[in-house]
Amino acid sequence: MKAFVRETGRVAIIDRPDVDTDQIIPKQFLKRVSRQGFGEALFYDWRFDENGDPRPGFELNRSEFANARVLLAGRNFGCGSSREHATWALQDYGIDVVIAPSFGDIFRSNASKVGLVIISLPDAEVKRLMESVNLDTGSDVTVDLEKRVILTPDGREVPFAFDEATRHKLMNGLDDIGLTLQHEDEIAAFEARHAVT
Amino acid sequence: MIDPMAKTLFEKVWDAHVVREPAGEPALVYIDLHLTHEVTSPQAFDGLRLAGRRVRRTDLTIATMDHNVPTTAGPITDPLAKEQLDALVRNCEEFGIELHATGSGSEGIVHVIGPELGLTQPGKTIVCGDSHTSTHGAFGAIAFGIGTSEVEHVLATQTLPQRRPRTMKIDYVGEMPLGLTPKDVILGTIGRFGVAGGVGYAVEYAGEPIRRMSMEGRMTVCNMSIEWGARCGMVAPDEKTFAFLEGRPRAPKGADFEAAVERWSVLPTDDGATFDRVETIDVGTLVPQVTWGTNPGMVVPVTGRVPSPGDYANADDRVATERALEYMGLKGGTAIEDIAIDRVFIGSCTNSRLEDLRAAARIVAGKKIDPRVVGLVVPGSAKVRAEAEAEGLDKVFTDAGFEWRLAGCSMCLGMNPDVVPAGQRCASTSNRNFEGRQGRGARTHLVSPEMAAAAALHGHFVDVRRLEVAA
Repeated sequence: MKAFVRETGRVAIIDRPDVDTDQIIPKQFLKRVSRQGFGEALFYDWRFDENGDPRPGFELNRSEFANARVLLAGRNFGCGSSREHATWALQDYGIDVVIAPSFGDIFRSNASKVGLVIISLPDAEVKRLMESVNLDTGSDVTVDLEKRVILTPDGREVPFAFDEATRHKLMNGLDDIGLTLQHEDEIAAFEARHAVT
Repeated sequence: MIDPMAKTLFEKVWDAHVVREPAGEPALVYIDLHLTHEVTSPQAFDGLRLAGRRVRRTDLTIATMDHNVPTTAGPITDPLAKEQLDALVRNCEEFGIELHATGSGSEGIVHVIGPELGLTQPGKTIVCGDSHTSTHGAFGAIAFGIGTSEVEHVLATQTLPQRRPRTMKIDYVGEMPLGLTPKDVILGTIGRFGVAGGVGYAVEYAGEPIRRMSMEGRMTVCNMSIEWGARCGMVAPDEKTFAFLEGRPRAPKGADFEAAVERWSVLPTDDGATFDRVETIDVGTLVPQVTWGTNPGMVVPVTGRVPSPGDYANADDRVATERALEYMGLKGGTAIEDIAIDRVFIGSCTNSRLEDLRAAARIVAGKKIDPRVVGLVVPGSAKVRAEAEAEGLDKVFTDAGFEWRLAGCSMCLGMNPDVVPAGQRCASTSNRNFEGRQGRGARTHLVSPEMAAAAALHGHFVDVRRLEVAA
């Protein structure tokens, strides 16, 4: 997993509540057996019409949002299906950070496993952040996981809370399985006293 | 009275599975049963191969084929689906995992076969790379959906790092009115608390109405826990739970079963145990539910009307309503019973068990579905299909004009050829009405099996309670 400490990048806005993982990566792309190449399928049915042409009305098709690294989204982003493909698609598209008022539970967990940085901010703060983006030229933001602050386009420093164990893992690009296997003796001891019928 | 030693069902099961819990870190939780299927596992097995890891407990891991499989007889024609199913066969062979393959007679939707085999048991921790794993909580297990990285983690270590969720109890009170089903109870619950209302909580569904529900009904309720964001949903095990499990192929036998029942009997929440949040719902106030929009929280009684954006105070809700109405091709204010449908799907891990099929069959027996409606009945497992056929339910459905199919996830998510065409409207017993869920441009309305069957007969939604009174 790639380590994440601090990053500055273009921001995109999808200001819709309850964006589910069926939209982030539609089911027709779930038949692949590899983790690669899902970026082209990100938000496919919203991004492209029946002929595969970009829909001009969809947020990510705006030129000011091109090559976005940071996504500002509405409440309960990533609800629904457990498909981790949603996080792979966001990352493969170039998104490293998603900022929203709240997230789907499984999506949040998946993100922490693959190195996608998920930041929750109060509703009003997300709205203010969205309003600070220049919709004519596009804007950049900086996300600093080490200091736990976001540098907004209007020059403010917005602090955010972050689970400490996850932060340590993301900043060091650590593999969860490797960490768990350091405690294999404890797992074996547990198994010895725990019968499963 | 609060008793500091008293524990909830969730706490008892959780505490019995904590391998380690260092301060400030997530607990490492042991997993008793890992269910896998073709869609969310291939990349996990790849990860194991790359790292040279094995599956730690092949005896606690099983696989089935469900999401992609065609529900018509004959060879699979979609090359991508075939590749994914072939990959599952190869991975199960290479890593030594028991596979319930298509045609084996024991295949089916992963959340239907777990209980059917007797693998789903009270007090277990159960995971699967599928968000509807919450279904298994109906037996008093902690069961939740995970992503592919976590699938790999469980394969390699039989554990998962987990933060302990908060606990919530929904106390159902009152009498279930005639014609009200467990599906209506959970849709009504989601409608009340919203699609994010349960995020961060392990929910216990409690109270007399739940006690009186069959195991199938409890599974329907727990199945949709994820649809309001809950980590998991649970029901305390009782005599019904034990009776359901006794004699199942993988349940303990004889003296072992008696011993297991003794262990399971102490799992229910103690008197005096506290929850972080308690809510009460009077089921007597609920009527059959129909979703009108693009998430399961967008739901109203069948006697109600489609809402308008102006009905909401919150700006986000107004925007979401506007978008949903546009996608669904509906106007605010339309009476639910005036909405005409093109398709009916009876199936999915929410409502494809024998009891669901019986309930739908009772509505359509001796009648014909509206000639404009295409109706599909997809049993949840090969076993459900065989049992239904032994009772003649297949004949009831086909005589009424439905198609009777082979087991699988089918039109719930349309990964196989069973899709709803763009612009068509489907009354579906499944769990998600997201945009494009049943096919690009498809319009889904979630309902109970009874309501789906009634809609099939009339070509539009009808209040099933009126039919039952008439019958």
